This record gives sequence, C-alpha cells and structure tokens, in this order.
Amino acid sequence: MKISDIKDLLDAEVVCGEENLDHNVFSACGSDMMSDVLAYVKDQAVLLTGLVNAQVIRTAEMMDMVCIVFVRSKKPTPEMIELARESGIVLMNTEKRMYEACGLLYKSGLVGNGVRHE
Amino acid sequence: MNESIRFTFNVDGSNFTTAGQASVQVKKNLRELGIPPEAIRRVSIAMYEGEINMVIHAHGGTAEVIVYEDKIVIVLSDRGPGIPNVELAMKEGYSTAPDNIRSLGFGAGMGLPNMKRYTDDMKIDTEIGVGTTITMTVNF
Repeated sequence: MKISDIKDLLDAEVVCGEENLDHNVFSACGSDMMSDVLAYVKDQAVLLTGLVNAQVIRTAEMMDMVCIVFVRSKKPTPEMIELARESGIVLMNTEKRMYEACGLLYKSGLVGNGVRHE
Repeated sequence: MNESIRFTFNVDGSNFTTAGQASVQVKKNLRELGIPPEAIRRVSIAMYEGEINMVIHAHGGTAEVIVYEDKIVIVLSDRGPGIPNVELAMKEGYSTAPDNIRSLGFGAGMGLPNMKRYTDDMKIDTEIGVGTTITMTVNF
C-alpha cells in the first residue's frame, strides 16, 4: 500500500511530507503509549495515534517509521512538523477515531505485526 | 581495535519536550559512520528510553556513546534519586512515573525492559540518593 492510499482510505489531510506519498508501506500499529510502540513494534512503517507531542515524532524516528496518522482530528504542533520534516516523516490527520482508522487500513491489507517492511 | 569514537551529550532534565534529542543525534552520527541499520535502531531505541527515564526520574544527566569496531557502548549517568528495587524496576508494567508522564505517552513500565531487550548487555549501578549509571552494549 502506498502512503497516498492511506490518505485516501482515511480521508486524511496531509500536514507535511507530500513528497513521500509514493512510499510503499506494509505494516502499521496504533497506540497512544510510546513505550508500547517501542516495545512491541518491529519493522512497522505507519503509526496511528491520538497523542500529540514531540515524543511521537522522535519515537517514529527511532523505529524508522515513515508515516504518522493523527486520529480524531488531532493537529501536530509547528515544532512537531519541523521535526518530522527533518526526518522525512509524513504527517497526516483524519477525523476518524482510532478503532475505525485502524480497521479501515487493516481491512485494506495493511496488517500489524509479522510482516517485514523492507 | 584500540581506536574508538566517542560522543558525549548533556541530557536536559527540565524539559520533557526536548527529551530524546541526544538519541536523534546519535542515530544520525551512527548512520554517517556506516554502522549496520539494525544495530543503529537497537542503540537508538535503548538510548531514547534511557534519556526519557533520566528526564522523568533524575533531572537529566549525561549520555556517552562509544563506538568500537564491533560494538557500541552507551553509558547513561545521572545524579537522581537512585532505583530502590532494580528487580522490580525491570518488571514490565512496573512504573513509578507520575500520571502526567503517562498522559505524554510514557510511564508504562516498559523503559528498562525495553532497554534490556534491545541490547546485548545491560548493567545498572545505582545508589539511593547518589545516582544511577546504566551501561549498555550492542554488538554488531
């Protein structure tokens, strides 16, 4: 799935990283606890979260993730956008809630653990 | 190999927003040195969790990363309160972080276990009222 497909499936608005929408992704996770993301997620490319602070961007960067989707219309701060730009991470937000957003992506083939992102 | 490359950082304990900056920088430095990506990831995640811990519990400290030919050693030192029960602190889900930290996405009791999981060796030297030094090694 391309990141642009995630945008379409979630009816999301891209905040930054438009130039990377063609990037292919194969797995995702959804969490508001960054320590859980750091613990259980391996080779995941996309993070869905309702948490808005700079540590979300740093967590994604540490995990080599390429896209963060903020659910429930949460908006990243200018500082977060700047950090994401430096790392080439795509930020987008969707009106959908976490459960629905994850379900829509999963149903369309973007699975959770177990698929390696090469 | 006797030669090694050393990076040293001060971790500012007063600002949760900037926590993790040293880890981001280390990740960049290790990429430039051509370290294998999987080793870079393990080092960055372990150090990032450590940095967050230092900010939450110990008012910051220092982080040192030493790159050898076949391993990377991370030394995190603080002058915080010390860890009263290391065995308990190593249990997944055990946390003494305040509630406001949980609302920021941390304090789930995964920090130290994550650091152990991502490194080949982890040593905790801690003394109540004096501080804590954590030494982690990632082989590659």
